[in-house]
Amino acid sequence: MTDKPDEKHAGRAEDESDDKTDKNEAARPAEERNLEKAKSETGTGSGVEQRAPEQSPENLPGPTGEVHAVGERRGMFGVTGTGDTSGYGGLVAAKVFPAPTQKPYGGWFDEVAGALEARLEATELTSAIESVVVHRGEITFHVRREDLPFVAQMLRDDEALRFEFCSGVSGVHYPDDTGRELHAVYHLTSMTHNRRIRVEVTAPDSDPHVPSLVSIYPTLDWHERETYDMFGLIFDGHPALTRVLMPDDWPGHPQRKDYPLGGIPVEYKGGSIPPPDQRRSYN
Amino acid sequence: MSTDQDIFAAPGETSQGRVFTVTGQDWDSITDSIGESAEERVVVNMGPQHPSTHGVLRLILELEGETVTEARCGIGYLHTGIEKNMEYRSWVQGTTFCTRMDYLSPFYNEATYVLGVERLLDIEDDVPEKAQVMRVLLMELNRMSSHLVAIATGGMEIGALTVMTIGFRERELVLDLFELITGLRMNHAFIRPGGVAQDLPPGALDEIRDFVTLMKKRLPEYAALCNANPIFKGRLEGVGHLDLAGCIALGITGPVLRSTGYAWDLRKTQPYCGYEDYDFEVQTWDTADSYGRFRIRLNEMWESLKIVEQCADRLAGLEGAPVMVGDKKIAWPSQLAIGSDGMGNSLDHIRHIMGESMEALIHHFKLVTEGFRVPAGQAYVPIESPRGELGAHVVSDGGTRPFRAHFRDPSFTNLQATSVMSEGGMVADVIVAIASIDPVMGGVDR
Repeated sequence: MTDKPDEKHAGRAEDESDDKTDKNEAARPAEERNLEKAKSETGTGSGVEQRAPEQSPENLPGPTGEVHAVGERRGMFGVTGTGDTSGYGGLVAAKVFPAPTQKPYGGWFDEVAGALEARLEATELTSAIESVVVHRGEITFHVRREDLPFVAQMLRDDEALRFEFCSGVSGVHYPDDTGRELHAVYHLTSMTHNRRIRVEVTAPDSDPHVPSLVSIYPTLDWHERETYDMFGLIFDGHPALTRVLMPDDWPGHPQRKDYPLGGIPVEYKGGSIPPPDQRRSYN
Repeated sequence: MSTDQDIFAAPGETSQGRVFTVTGQDWDSITDSIGESAEERVVVNMGPQHPSTHGVLRLILELEGETVTEARCGIGYLHTGIEKNMEYRSWVQGTTFCTRMDYLSPFYNEATYVLGVERLLDIEDDVPEKAQVMRVLLMELNRMSSHLVAIATGGMEIGALTVMTIGFRERELVLDLFELITGLRMNHAFIRPGGVAQDLPPGALDEIRDFVTLMKKRLPEYAALCNANPIFKGRLEGVGHLDLAGCIALGITGPVLRSTGYAWDLRKTQPYCGYEDYDFEVQTWDTADSYGRFRIRLNEMWESLKIVEQCADRLAGLEGAPVMVGDKKIAWPSQLAIGSDGMGNSLDHIRHIMGESMEALIHHFKLVTEGFRVPAGQAYVPIESPRGELGAHVVSDGGTRPFRAHFRDPSFTNLQATSVMSEGGMVADVIVAIASIDPVMGGVDR
């Protein structure tokens, strides 16, 4: 009780002193201002770029429980360097995705998870499910990729599960999720029990391989081809993994976040408009 | 399982014959050459430009005489990178892109995307009732216009030209209603995160009721023309057969699945937008063929009419109710208004932000330029489009733009059934089978 007010007070005092320096900005000698500008431009010294300790991602208040952070977001207006006069450019916020959920998951989620676990234990594959995320009323099973065909076969055939309908696979590229950059997301429906789950597997960019599920869900034929086409994810065991939407001789995989957008440099009075991912934008 | 192993069949012999490019007027030379080689097996490229392939669909058919031994689809001719484009626009702007995918059912594209965004925003329960009713109204009108095109083009492809002309005649009436309500005949971008873009214009309910009355008179014309027509039945019955097991394995939904007798309709099984409050029946047929799919589409239009009537009744009691979520951090700040020179900016709103409230101006500016942030996570809210399960896998990283939006389009998935539906049949039946799937290439290629 005695310490906290002091800390607060100290913090407030610091803020106030910061404010004062800002207000006095114009009154400071020009040499000092130029020096600061040069420092910030070259990245040396203590320019505006330097992150205040209380803004670093690990100090930000995260959601309670386990946190699954993927990358970080800097600034607010897409401006960096000295062009940013607002100060918001120094903001750093972690990109936090919903964390793994602990049991009980609630409702029929527990029945499905329980049935799945029971079957996996019987086959000594207990580590096939990496984590379970329940978010916004949808359940996601993160499955180890080498066990995917086995898990899918069980999800389809087990009486308590009966996910006989697969809506398809959708790729997502998380360039900041080191070691798990490429995600393949399957949406499964149990028409018998009228339930819907999501199964997610990951693969690193350096080894973009995921076992194919075409032999279990034949509908995935074109879906896997599309995901290969767009993300470069190779589905091992697919009967004919070729491009499906892009031309056969197309270089690269367009939906990846590192795919060069190119764009058309439109010149106007000497300036040119960069591709959309390099333009200044809210972020 | 290794990559060089074909899980369906052993690799067949590949032989290359002579290649003919058919451009018309050169049949004599072709028949002469084929006669010399005395080979019955021909590989025919049908499309991508062909009036009977529902847009730019390319079919690669292996024929022995008139029998199709193998049928494969070549797609991608209409790929426009809509999903990628959406990653560089705000969440609201996303609707203007996805509405253009399946151009015959724009409201469904918008709705599934918007429902996903709303789930991530956790405002599903806050969307006003009137917005939900208007969504259902527009979607059901859209189901009718889409089924009308399916029936019209399907009829045209087998030579039933009257079916085409009356189909497009009625579709025009639906498009007139769309124009009245949203301002556009296609590509509306009307369903927005949090509600819909605009309230119903004055007189819209009367127009809708007139339309329902007219359709009740005209829908029987289709039944009278086709249902018992021996030529029509002869072309459709038993063609494009696909049973329930085949449908589930291939992920087929919509009228094709329901033609096997299985009443799977997401409006009933997993209701969204308040579909549980409407009185309608799921239409099924038990023949699992093209004729059954035609009858299902016809019957579904009657059910849609029923829902439209119920929507009109409910909307009559909701006059003046909000059509956008109350949260001013999400709701679009302004609505359009009718001025002396037509529809345009609302002068009241401009007066408010320019003359009365600085905060309102800031708010408007921030929402329009930056947009709102959507909490990180992923959502998938599928809906029953005229062609089957349409779903948007929406991923957010907590930013002002979609991190990824992937559309599971029923046309894309259902088109995979082309091979099983047409192999072993006659070449003329390929067209009928594909017409019964009703693929829209804008949705297939996105």
